[in-house]
Amino acid sequence: MQPLTTDEIRIVIAKGKFRDNLFKAVGIFCLAFALLVIVALIADMVIKGAERFTLDFFLNFASRRAAQAGILSAWVGSLLVMLVTALAAVPLGVAAGLYLEEYAKRNWLTNLIEINITNLAAVPSIVYGLLALGIFVYQFGFGQSILSAGLTLALLILPIIIVSTREAIRAIPAMIREGSMAVGATRWQTCRYHIIPYAMPGILTGVIIGLARAIGETAPIITIGALTFIAFLPPLPFTAAEGGATAGLFDWVMSPFTVMPIQIFNWTSRPDPAFEVNAAAAGFVLMAMVLSMNAVAIYLRYKMRKRIKW
Amino acid sequence: MSNHETPVLKAEARGLNFYYGEAQALKNINMPIYDKKVTALIGPSGCGKSTYLRSFNRMHDLYPGNRYEGEIRFFPDNTNLLGSDVDPIEVRMRVGMVFQKPNPFPKTIFENVAYGLRVRGENNKRVLEDKVEHALKSAAIWEEVKNRLQDQAPNLSGGQQQRLCIARALATDPELLLFDEPTSALDPIATGAIEELVHELKKRVTILIVTHNMQQAARVSDYTAYMFLGEMIEFGKTDQIFIKPQDKRTEDYITGRMG
Repeated sequence: MQPLTTDEIRIVIAKGKFRDNLFKAVGIFCLAFALLVIVALIADMVIKGAERFTLDFFLNFASRRAAQAGILSAWVGSLLVMLVTALAAVPLGVAAGLYLEEYAKRNWLTNLIEINITNLAAVPSIVYGLLALGIFVYQFGFGQSILSAGLTLALLILPIIIVSTREAIRAIPAMIREGSMAVGATRWQTCRYHIIPYAMPGILTGVIIGLARAIGETAPIITIGALTFIAFLPPLPFTAAEGGATAGLFDWVMSPFTVMPIQIFNWTSRPDPAFEVNAAAAGFVLMAMVLSMNAVAIYLRYKMRKRIKW
Repeated sequence: MSNHETPVLKAEARGLNFYYGEAQALKNINMPIYDKKVTALIGPSGCGKSTYLRSFNRMHDLYPGNRYEGEIRFFPDNTNLLGSDVDPIEVRMRVGMVFQKPNPFPKTIFENVAYGLRVRGENNKRVLEDKVEHALKSAAIWEEVKNRLQDQAPNLSGGQQQRLCIARALATDPELLLFDEPTSALDPIATGAIEELVHELKKRVTILIVTHNMQQAARVSDYTAYMFLGEMIEFGKTDQIFIKPQDKRTEDYITGRMG
């Protein structure tokens, strides 16, 4: 084959450049489409729900009259359920991930467990709801409570936390682990002084992403029987409860509750179109909660990663 | 180096075989390590010198599928470092290690050196401060870091990081110190500082050092072992190995005809 002349080389390059630009255009279009959808969605909720963005909306209970109905019990319920979820899922998930990465022997059993953790992440959330209805609500007698809901969602996000813990641990170079073991540290000392602190940014990110997923879950919460119309808050510890008694520190976990997605679902299924405004406004609030949780995750990861370098 | 003193044994490999799963990486190694001397391990890449070094602090126990046969006797108490009844952690408490790439922890300079002491349950602030200072002085880095002990260790230069890692190993007074190509990631000036340090350290600790660099072996060691394909080809005083090697393969390697 003859070597190419300069002109021929230029033609070849021009052809290649054309395809480059073609793909660039396609890529930008696809990206814009995805972004546009979410922006449109948020804008739609803001516009539709605009008249409800008042302090009252956050401080009122649900009501038969759309204009007076608020999301107080829903957002308080969501926050409390998230608290239970985090308290249950974080220790379980982090300990399980740490064990799998640092302690478990590599054999067929560990492989089987690993595959099934990945499978757990893919189980439809309604199935967790059914499981929780049988176990937490009836078997353990927790009833239709914040505790039942929190534990259900904890099960749901456990695989996310386990997987992100393991990934965070795997990102720690082997030489750090060896450096610790080489001075005579035990595995636990290595975990306590090194692995856990250095994996923390990744673990926290996983926890927050898991919670952001959980806060929007509707199906399992409906399955275990969250109520849609709640006109009271769970008892604050050490305040007066019904019958003249004082609420205990943990009485709130056994309280009936509702959460944001259920409140939204309830409003959208009402015939009165005025409730659609409430639904849109509440939808925006939920969206803002999820996005701000993700923002916190990104910030923490950025902040903590900057401090830890090898 | 004095030729008249009789060297005292610190450790001795006896019939040492090592396997990564099915693959045999060390073949019947017999070799003495003399007390308060520097012994260099040389040989081409993949000859097993790092594998051999990492047997002395049971580093291979951290990974599954590794298996030792034979013994490494450790004196004066004649413990078999590879014995199934000997806890690898006990071995690592007596045998320190410095790695190929400096691996300070992402903590402060002080905490890096204090770590080995903390692992041993030492939490007294005064004791920690004394020992950290002493270790940093022994590692010839005290003057450079004494005013910034609370700085993050990874901000130090590569050569400083490596000396910090030496201080970390020294802080717990090991009887044997393993160096796994400690200067391969460093520039010539930092390398010179480490070599000088090794020379200084042998007054108080026995040193086993793996090196790719034959000039380095010649400069810092009293004894040299040449390894090839998992076997110990030749062991002897460094001058003798470099001036009059007994084995043809050693000679080929040293004169640059191979490797």
